[in-house]
Amino acid sequence: MTTEISISTDEEIALVGHLMRRVGVGANRDRLESLSEKSYEDLVEDLLSPNRYSDPDVDLLDRYFPQSASPDSGVTWACRWMYNLAQSERPLMEKMALFWHHVFATAWYKAENGPAIVQHIDMFRKVGLGNMRDILLALSRDPNMIYWLDNSESRDGAVNENYGRELLELFSMGIGTYTETDVKMAARAFTGWTFKQPIPLYPYGGYAAEFIYHPEQHDNSEKEFLGEKGNFNGEDIIDIIVKQEACARFISRHLYNFFVADEPQVPAWSITPPQDQQAIDELTGVFLDSDGDLTAVMRALLNADWFKDARFKKIKSPAEFVAGALVLSGLPETPDPMLASLNAATTAMGQQLLNPPTVEGWHTGKEWLDSGTLTERVNFVVNQVAEASLPGVSSILSRIESHGDNLSPEELVNLCLDLTGHVEISRDTHAALVDLASQGGQLQFDTEVNVTESQKQIIRLLQLIVSAPEYQFA
Amino acid sequence: MTTKKKDPVLVVVQLSGGLDFMNTLIPYTDGRIYDWRPTVSVAAESTISLDDRLAWHPSAQALSELYNAGNVAAIQGVGYENASRSHFRAMDIMHTCEPEKVATEGWLGKVTRELDPNSENPLTAVSIGRGLPRALVAPGVTATSVGNLDKFGLMTKIEQVEERAANLDIFKRMYSPAVGNGLVNDYLAQTGRDILRGADMLADVPSRYSSDVEYANNPIAQALRDVARIHTAGMGTRVFYTQHVGYDYHSLENEVHPRMLTELTEAISDFMTDIRNQDASEEVTILVFTEFGRRIMDNGSGTDHGTGGGAYIIGDHVSGGLYAEYPSLDPKDWLYGEDLTHTIDYRSIYTSILEQWMGMDAQPIVGGTYEQIRPYNTTMLV
Repeated sequence: MTTEISISTDEEIALVGHLMRRVGVGANRDRLESLSEKSYEDLVEDLLSPNRYSDPDVDLLDRYFPQSASPDSGVTWACRWMYNLAQSERPLMEKMALFWHHVFATAWYKAENGPAIVQHIDMFRKVGLGNMRDILLALSRDPNMIYWLDNSESRDGAVNENYGRELLELFSMGIGTYTETDVKMAARAFTGWTFKQPIPLYPYGGYAAEFIYHPEQHDNSEKEFLGEKGNFNGEDIIDIIVKQEACARFISRHLYNFFVADEPQVPAWSITPPQDQQAIDELTGVFLDSDGDLTAVMRALLNADWFKDARFKKIKSPAEFVAGALVLSGLPETPDPMLASLNAATTAMGQQLLNPPTVEGWHTGKEWLDSGTLTERVNFVVNQVAEASLPGVSSILSRIESHGDNLSPEELVNLCLDLTGHVEISRDTHAALVDLASQGGQLQFDTEVNVTESQKQIIRLLQLIVSAPEYQFA
Repeated sequence: MTTKKKDPVLVVVQLSGGLDFMNTLIPYTDGRIYDWRPTVSVAAESTISLDDRLAWHPSAQALSELYNAGNVAAIQGVGYENASRSHFRAMDIMHTCEPEKVATEGWLGKVTRELDPNSENPLTAVSIGRGLPRALVAPGVTATSVGNLDKFGLMTKIEQVEERAANLDIFKRMYSPAVGNGLVNDYLAQTGRDILRGADMLADVPSRYSSDVEYANNPIAQALRDVARIHTAGMGTRVFYTQHVGYDYHSLENEVHPRMLTELTEAISDFMTDIRNQDASEEVTILVFTEFGRRIMDNGSGTDHGTGGGAYIIGDHVSGGLYAEYPSLDPKDWLYGEDLTHTIDYRSIYTSILEQWMGMDAQPIVGGTYEQIRPYNTTMLV
């Protein structure tokens, strides 16, 4: 017996809706209809080829919020990132950057250097869908990461193990797949990888740094790493890592956790098996066959049946929640001052972009939710859909109006669920919504007064739909 | 006659940014500080003398009065080994009692779990402000964050009272305990109902409160007023959390620090007066803490992140005075050649409060055994 019900709807729209929630933060109904003119497979190819599209036009953003273009402030830049997540035609590029930000977590608070962390996230945009070797190489040369994990302190004779350890434990293979000696060897191989002294902060603000290799600080002795012997440098360590099945499995599980369904928190992975071992095996196989090509792995993931079936299996992260609410309501024609409040909104929900609590990143899934953060989520989105002037809300209103006055309460609820993409809900939620729609009485669009009243009633229904437990899931 | 003693209550005031301890309790008779801190030091004659060595910053007037009345334990030189100079990491360490590795359980989250193991009262722990501090977070623990007590809860922007009430009814039905929907849904439904329970309990708190005390219109004063409103309404809250943000003065310390200290100390003084007037003070102890102290030498405008901060325990049953040693000012004792060396571990303070005031076993909460100070003359414990 199931307690779920599905609203009968266009299956193609529902599937593309699911795809867009996972490769981005969702798409509104108009966009879903235009996207579903292509086949699903073609759509996936478009998403995997961000170069077919351009970045969002940010001229207006720069004019209204010049401070958001300045990487000096991580706060305004985080708002800009959510704005891009909400409207980019290259959603997967933004989402991969967010994925790598979760996995390779670095925070502003240590260096307090905005430009360095903005450069770091931009690096994810450039290499995020590329080859794992290139990704780890770019990461190991990234000044923000180098400072975050103290590799700038690591030299021959005074080795700092921080980066070597986290590279294996958190960034590529996972605990239990290497030895303490491997950590030491990796750390020695990365000695001399540092950055040029950046231009001082005062008086003109922060500057990003640039990678530099100091051969005289490098430990040139022979090293044994994961069973291989040689006078390894950092590049060799990365080459050896990306050949390991453990790396393929670890990254595959991360991708599954981020794009398909919530897994337990990462520290539990060495003891708790994946919920779908076969899916992880498939992704691992593609990873190994393609020499770690993330585009190939993501192609396999997005086209898999277990991906298509995994609807509403993930709790939205605060950034996904906030940017997703912007997609639903639509963005104002000119950037609205609320843009500047997006960072405060996600922070109150437990996630400040560019400022994860630790190198472990955020705890995700159900751990996003407590009574404080759920209150913040509900109130944010309830206020957002109340704005009838926003294009997303007004589009839903006019679509419902086009159905005329003859909708039964149940038809009205189902139409609203359909238009918001929430087509799978519990019987309790559905019954409660139908009761609310019945209390409101028949919609009428004949006079101006009645149109206003009917719109209020629809908005109220939308507010309850986005308050439902189901709306917490992507 | 014997009366049942009231349950002890802990009010935590977090000063975020790193309060300049040396510029709060000033070693004013040591002439060297005027060489090391030519910009930020206060002339000896304007300070409020405490003894022949130390004086309060003039803007800490209200706290000095509470101190003179014997209600303040001023703890000097608070820190821990290998102190972090990062705000976030340092706060994390003080929130989780875990300096070596990253922990997810906050010390007050564990306290709340001890006090209310089945989460029967969503208001056992209340944080004033949006979002919960890590100190209050622990798996299975319900703590309530109150962003706005007068408009607390869900859908607060909906003005129509009846419409909002009807919406909340629908909300309650949607978050009803569903059968067979899985752990995440059960947890989500429970969380949604916790919000409603907390909101129901807090709904009449504002109307039940009246007071002659006029708190200042600044965030810390208003936060402590909210604590007073909830506490005097008898909601069973045992742990309150508030934050006062803005102590990170790398520059313009002479402008910012006096304002911050005035706001803080007057707010605490108003809070004490308020709860005393309402016969609700004897069960309350206040802990004021910050993540670190600041550098011994100033930077020409303010002070940079340092070590050796201060903490204050305030309440009717406090045995007033100075605790631990003031960190040595002798340059040979300076940590890293520029910082105060701490003289007491922050976990000693937590342990003392937990064991002596809250009547709890501190060891599992702070993760070890720490020497205690004796900041109370009597307690609520039988």
